[in-house]
Amino acid sequence: MVGSGRLYGTVAVGGFRRYATYRAATAAGVFTNTVFGVILVYTYLALWDERPRLGGYDQAQAVTYAWLGQALYATLAIQGGGAEKELMSRIRTGEIAVDLYRPADLQLWWLAGDLGRSVFQLLGRGVIPFTFGAVFFTMALPRSAATWAAFVVAVALAMVVSFAIRYLAALAMFWLMDDRGINQTVMIAGVFCSGMVLPLNAFPEEIGSVVRALPWAAQLQVPADVLMGETSLWTAYAFQAGWAVALLALGRLLQAAATRRVVVQGG
Amino acid sequence: MRRVVVRRAEPARLGEGLRAYRLIAGMWIRSTTAYRTSFALTVVGNLLITVLDFVGILLMFSQVDTLGGWTLPEVALLYGLVATAFGLADLLLGSMDALGARIRDGSFDTLLVRPVPVLAQVGADRFALRRLGRITQGTLVLCWALLTVEVSWTAAKVLLVPVAVVSGAVIFGAVFVGGAAFQIVAQDAAEVQNAFTYGGSTLLQYPPTVFGTELVRGVTYMLPLAFVNWVPAAYVLGRPYPLGLPEWAAFAPPLVAAGFAVAAGLVWRAGLRAYRSTGS
Amino acid sequence: MFIEVDGVEKVFEVRRRTGFLKRERRQVRAVDSISFTVARGEMVGYIGPNGAGKSTTIKMLTGILTPSGGRLRVAGIDPSRERRRLAHRIGVVFGQRTTLWWDLPLIDSYRLMHRMYRIPDGRYRENLDRCVELLELGGLLDVPVRQLSLGQRMRGDIAAALLHDPEVLYLDEPTIGLDVISKAKVREFLRELNHDRGTTVLLTTHDLQDIEQLCSRVMVIDHGRMVYDGPLAGLHEAGGSERILVVDLERELPPIEVGGAARVVRTEGPRQWLAFPAGEPAAGLVSQIAADYPLVDLSVREPDIEAVIARMYADKASA
Repeated sequence: MVGSGRLYGTVAVGGFRRYATYRAATAAGVFTNTVFGVILVYTYLALWDERPRLGGYDQAQAVTYAWLGQALYATLAIQGGGAEKELMSRIRTGEIAVDLYRPADLQLWWLAGDLGRSVFQLLGRGVIPFTFGAVFFTMALPRSAATWAAFVVAVALAMVVSFAIRYLAALAMFWLMDDRGINQTVMIAGVFCSGMVLPLNAFPEEIGSVVRALPWAAQLQVPADVLMGETSLWTAYAFQAGWAVALLALGRLLQAAATRRVVVQGG
Repeated sequence: MRRVVVRRAEPARLGEGLRAYRLIAGMWIRSTTAYRTSFALTVVGNLLITVLDFVGILLMFSQVDTLGGWTLPEVALLYGLVATAFGLADLLLGSMDALGARIRDGSFDTLLVRPVPVLAQVGADRFALRRLGRITQGTLVLCWALLTVEVSWTAAKVLLVPVAVVSGAVIFGAVFVGGAAFQIVAQDAAEVQNAFTYGGSTLLQYPPTVFGTELVRGVTYMLPLAFVNWVPAAYVLGRPYPLGLPEWAAFAPPLVAAGFAVAAGLVWRAGLRAYRSTGS
Repeated sequence: MFIEVDGVEKVFEVRRRTGFLKRERRQVRAVDSISFTVARGEMVGYIGPNGAGKSTTIKMLTGILTPSGGRLRVAGIDPSRERRRLAHRIGVVFGQRTTLWWDLPLIDSYRLMHRMYRIPDGRYRENLDRCVELLELGGLLDVPVRQLSLGQRMRGDIAAALLHDPEVLYLDEPTIGLDVISKAKVREFLRELNHDRGTTVLLTTHDLQDIEQLCSRVMVIDHGRMVYDGPLAGLHEAGGSERILVVDLERELPPIEVGGAARVVRTEGPRQWLAFPAGEPAAGLVSQIAADYPLVDLSVREPDIEAVIARMYADKASA
């Protein structure tokens, strides 16, 4: 158990390091996220000017939400572009057969790598835009260290849910064999249902009640609410963990079916 | 032996560039349509992505009647103008952001040994008809806005709409070209370009009254994005111009676009020169 | 002279990260004042270790890169100033980068060349027919490029570079990764091209056999400097390199004794390895062994190009 823990730890560190080598790309990403953050914040300010307390947020909270979205955008690969991209290309080329015979668990292996990537993106691409927002705009940030700690846990859970969603999408490659279509679906669903456009609690009620129940809500909306004390911790964690477990379990089912497929086809 | 160096005139060079662009774009169209289902799927997907863009605005207007003092049809006019203009530029030059990758894998060199302008080759690179999705959606929103917006139409206002779309496309095209030149210097920083292309088009979907004065000033005088739709739309709608620009500013887009295109061309040449002297 | 290179150099500025924020600027002379000329119709091998400056030279000759100094002319044209005019008169094949259209039938790539280079119809058809025949592309024209083997693709690329009748053809590693048969086909085609059409050919390669079978002249570059320019045999003398004759005898025997410079360097059961000067033909040695020993089989191993150059350098340093 200790041995395998160390293995996945190494894989995660590898994921972190791989992204850490792209310094220029990271700097470019920070710049782009900051620009988008500024644009989004101004539109939110106008919107909340018109409708104070929209979705239960005040202006400072809406601003915080906007910057959090930019900070978590690459971290949670909200429009795709994490481990699933590589996994899909391995499925397409057939290299996946090698992975299946590796004496490690396929899902955990990729989860570890993607978590490493997420952590790097959070530190490398997330912190600066968020700090920029906090310096130049009024944000609603908690004073207590306990809330920040609770927020970190929520972000970690969000990373797992995010991976679980994209893992399912990647496995769909076994049956669909069209990565472009899958990537586009991941992107559309991710951007819209995560609340990148508008906080989910500011959606009109009929749509809002649906998207707030979907797993994408665990990515941005829930961590934001935890950070700003807008939700009970245990409800938030239960929601995130529930989706994480359900989706990872579904992933294992799909993975087993896919493995049978590969074995039947002879690799 | 003739030793006279004849510098071919610019118009001839432009014609040659357009011809090469057509040839290469045609090859890409045939390449992508070779897989029919995949092509159909990406067209639909592309349309959905852009539709979602406008759905965000509709969601906001489900909660409010005006945004920054502008009504939904007015914002839709802004959206329609910028989405169509950006869509055109994206269709024609959108793949230029792949230039960094071409330089990294060395295939950029193969373009430099062809007897046609490099800009035409890079512009037509990975030409994708699926990008028609954005233009289609932008045009639909624009038509809806033109029909619903409360305006007493004059000949000048009617004429300004297509002029603004074409000028806007040229302005965004210039941004793509400038971004590509930047990528020659910083190949891994392709994403910076997104801040100006996608970021710029997102910014222009909202009324100028929403943004801080400094930001508006920046996209008017430094990067003249305001002339894509803010200024022409203000004229059509009879609204005050951003930054109190003079009345005639609404008809400046063609001039601004021409000037910006020339500037982008110069930047591109400088970028190409830098590549040929550094090789990276 | 068709190609004139006079004191050409290319200096790159390299920035290297030396600390968290510290960067060090350093100038690298990729090509350090080289001079040579190539006559029309010559076939020249251009060799050297990786990073020696081969590609940089080719890139300057084709107008991709601008030289930092010196004078360079190809067919009377300054490549860096008139890149596009020059493009009509040269053909370039990059061994590891295909210029063919991946998802389209091979013929489509040729049709693009036809129009892009504005090749007159009759000329195009004539050249295409000749390439198709000599490079055996007949059955491949309607096959999407992605389905071609590496060797087929290389032949396809060579044809694409020749449709506009270039006066000079630059080949960068044209046989890399190819199987023996494909290599032979490519070499035979190049020989005929040079012989029948008088096309000037400049090729870079790691495969000494390419040079041996094709080029009467070889230029060696190392660390950006021209270290040798002359016939291949002279290179072996200059490098003092040796070829190896591998001899399989009927049974295990004591080391073969032949006169001259050949000597046994290794034995393993009935197999023996003999080293002899690379500049000397193997025929005499072979017939001598065949006469005196129970010979079953034999083969000649060419000296490794890197080894030849390394030795040339070592000799220079000790001289």
